[in-house]
Amino acid sequence: MKAKRRTGLVFFPAFDWAISETHPEREERLLYTQDQVFEEGILDIEGLVEFNPVVATVKDVERVHFCVPEVEAVLTESHYIAAGGCKAIADAVLGGTTECGFALVRPPGHHAMRVVHGSRGFCNINIEAVMLEYMRWTYGVDRVAIVDTDCHHGDGTQDIYWHDPDTLVISLHQDGRTLYPGSGFPTEMGGPNALGTTVNIPLPPGTSEQGFLYVLNRVVLPILEEFEPELIINSAGQDNHYSDPITNMNFSAQGYAKLTEQLRPHIAVLEGGYSIEGALPYVNVGIILALAGVDYSWVREPDYDPEQIRQDSQVDSLISGTCGKVLELRQECALRREKYLGGSEFVQRNKSVFYDTDGFLEDQREVVRVCRECAGLMRIDSRAETGYRILGIRVPRKGCPTCQRLGRQWFESGSVKAFDKVYLQDCVTDEYQVKSA
Amino acid sequence: MIVGLDVGGTHTDVVVLSGKEIVRKVKILTAQDDLLCTVCNGLSEALRGLVPRSIQRLVVSTTLATNAIVQGQTEPVGVLVASGPGINPYAFEIGQHYYAVGGAIDHRGREIVPISDQEVLDIATRLRSENVRNLALVSKFSVRNPAHEIKMRDLLVDDFDHQTMGHQVSGQLNFGRRIATAYLNSAVAPISQPFYRAVQDCMEQEGLDIPLEILKADGGTMEQVRSFQYAVETILSGPAASVMGALAFADSNKEEVVLDIGGTTTDIAILVNGAPLLKPLGIRTGGYNTLVRGLRTVSIGVGGDSWVRLEDTSLKVGPERRGQALAYGGPEPTPTDALITLGATEGGDKQRAIQGIRQLAEQMGKGVEETAEAVLSETCSLILEAVNALVDRVNKTPVYTIYELLEDRSVVPTGMIVIGGPAKEFAPRLQALTGWEAHVPPSYEVANAIGAAVARTTCEVTVLADTDRRFVCAPEEDYLDSIDSGATKKEVIRLALDLLRMKALKMGASADDLEMELLEDHEYSMVQGFHRVGRNIRVRAQIKPGLVGLYRKEPA
Repeated sequence: MKAKRRTGLVFFPAFDWAISETHPEREERLLYTQDQVFEEGILDIEGLVEFNPVVATVKDVERVHFCVPEVEAVLTESHYIAAGGCKAIADAVLGGTTECGFALVRPPGHHAMRVVHGSRGFCNINIEAVMLEYMRWTYGVDRVAIVDTDCHHGDGTQDIYWHDPDTLVISLHQDGRTLYPGSGFPTEMGGPNALGTTVNIPLPPGTSEQGFLYVLNRVVLPILEEFEPELIINSAGQDNHYSDPITNMNFSAQGYAKLTEQLRPHIAVLEGGYSIEGALPYVNVGIILALAGVDYSWVREPDYDPEQIRQDSQVDSLISGTCGKVLELRQECALRREKYLGGSEFVQRNKSVFYDTDGFLEDQREVVRVCRECAGLMRIDSRAETGYRILGIRVPRKGCPTCQRLGRQWFESGSVKAFDKVYLQDCVTDEYQVKSA
Repeated sequence: MIVGLDVGGTHTDVVVLSGKEIVRKVKILTAQDDLLCTVCNGLSEALRGLVPRSIQRLVVSTTLATNAIVQGQTEPVGVLVASGPGINPYAFEIGQHYYAVGGAIDHRGREIVPISDQEVLDIATRLRSENVRNLALVSKFSVRNPAHEIKMRDLLVDDFDHQTMGHQVSGQLNFGRRIATAYLNSAVAPISQPFYRAVQDCMEQEGLDIPLEILKADGGTMEQVRSFQYAVETILSGPAASVMGALAFADSNKEEVVLDIGGTTTDIAILVNGAPLLKPLGIRTGGYNTLVRGLRTVSIGVGGDSWVRLEDTSLKVGPERRGQALAYGGPEPTPTDALITLGATEGGDKQRAIQGIRQLAEQMGKGVEETAEAVLSETCSLILEAVNALVDRVNKTPVYTIYELLEDRSVVPTGMIVIGGPAKEFAPRLQALTGWEAHVPPSYEVANAIGAAVARTTCEVTVLADTDRRFVCAPEEDYLDSIDSGATKKEVIRLALDLLRMKALKMGASADDLEMELLEDHEYSMVQGFHRVGRNIRVRAQIKPGLVGLYRKEPA
């Protein structure tokens, strides 16, 4: 058996790590997936190469996040390794060893936002973002698309790239009115300097293969074509599956494989998916085979019955309406951008973030500079119920001299009396500075 | 006294050991078209004049099964696979009589789709009409639940000569390899069984009343009576014989490389704590990936008779062999000629050797001795490149726990054991290039036969307990029992070791050679909703490849 595309695989089930014994994110999560992957002999397929993860560094994390009070305090070894698994795949793909790759790692990351006070949605750090910024620094990658096909809105990834016009973030997910984290509506389209590079397509409960592939072809692929990314990353959550215990969708292993085949991501990263016996073994095998270009037509769940999970006509029309709306809203981005440029220099958004896994709230005031030259300087004033209040200042990767200079001034004038910590992330120079009383 | 016999591609070596003394060494030419005659002649020559009763053990390593597979001279096998969902079962197609049948078992061993008796019987009718006498019966996840393989066997047992069921060949997960291994076993068993019976007859004629033991690819032995069920395990025993021979001289506290430098190839293996490293899943032979336990060896096309020439302006050694060295009447210069030119070794026609090297030297615009040195250092470099690549692959073996990933268990060799024809001449050069201590054991030229003689019986068992579904099974042993919902890993480990001990004794092990080792002992809580419903416990244990009692060195 031979792969049509050379495919890298990091398979790291972390059999010695759990959030707690009975938590969905526990040792057992990838056990049956490993059984299936091993039994299918997937690692014997010629052209499929398995890599061990590397261990991500504090520096990798600081390029993306403001961890409170510091990186070491909010991460365990498992998080460095999950992000490091993604890095290993990035090295394989960008180093030319393989054409594409899949990081089958845990725990996931797409709910982790720019500021990290703790764990939310089982995520501490955003493993895709840590990988992406590593790729940008190491390999000079610029324009990248992240397509999030987890059932939950990828609100962390959206938050991190909200102001970045070079990162297209598309999320397909179960409608936020019916599922955690409750966000991801079509009107969420990015900050004043990056309008249109955030795309949200909420789907009604009961969406099945038909709906996902419809959205892919009507909205996702055309937007990707227009954006012309150098790389496509797929946040491949598997909780849209009809058997998932914490969601309400009707997707299948065949559907995931077809989606992967059509999307053709360079890098797929496992996100959620908690039907560990009935779905993950089959979905993961389907995704791996589809990535590698190997016949996946025999991959199906033991209880698969297409009739049982067929979506009804009401779902059809809801999805079609949403897609129309998403495309329509995109037409307005240019005009809205003009308005921002004619308006005030700074734009503020206030956010309240709930850390469901750890159980506390955070309040944020985020200010971004509306900039014609770059993605815009930004600052976040964040206060959490843990007692910490911090100020994070970020100069974007291709920041203009004005934003960079102003960023330094903000950092210098940041009061260590008012804030427990003041951070500066200067992505022009790849510097990270912290000060405190 | 114990006897070891190793059939090689060119020579067959026999040694007789008394204690640690070699009392007899025999080297005869191998007749590839009559291996039985080769083995019997080798034995009679080695045993001549010895008292038969003084021989306590006799181990044979042959190329019989390997040759049959590589040359495609095996018996036809009907292959029936029940795959269920996953990779297209025709991707694993093997042989001329391959059938995918209905029936599915899932990863926890639950039946999803039953076997259809009629479908299986119809295929059987067809196979019989095509004169197929042997079968391989394999289902996906049969190591979790062998019911479908057993069902097929029961339906077909009366109408065929030999059936291999997939769950008997290994407890490891890998459907494709299980199919290939079961197929190969049924393909070579009809050849190897009469062969080893004939060897046993030959031993009887020599007056020996001991069971014949056969060397396997993992450097362990089994008794001839088991060779039918496990015929496939005798493939690639040749490299294992040499490694076990080297092991007799290894430093058990070191990580060492074994180099067996032959005429055509050099075989490389790694020893850690006095035991050779095994392949993670199984060996590859004749283009097939298998589940046959085997030593982690690499063979490269570099040896004493490798063809040496200039390509553009650079010196090339191997992988082709054009014949013997010039000094022995061959057509092209070889590393052996370089050794003879330098006076490092005696033998053959020295002038012819020098002449060949001189021609190279003139083309390169260098001196004769300088050129001979260059040939040898190129040869050593190629060998060491392959050593480093193997060590690198070993150190990159995937791991699946945080503990293993963070605990760096890299192999860092600090020594070498060099055997094979030109071992003595190459060892100092290899030592100079690496800084590793290179050791050439005495009688290095028959290390392979010594290895066969002193290798102990090895085997492996895999046990799975599912306290939610209340069963414990060891598929290879046909062991299935119910288990208490509160069973612990400790109990499962004890069971695994008991099964292992019984298996080893059945295969011919002596009770004081049972060096048991856990290869895997994992335990997972199985949760449904937010409650633990049971434990999934997985234990794999082996008798480590090693030496029989007297020859074992205790770690310092």
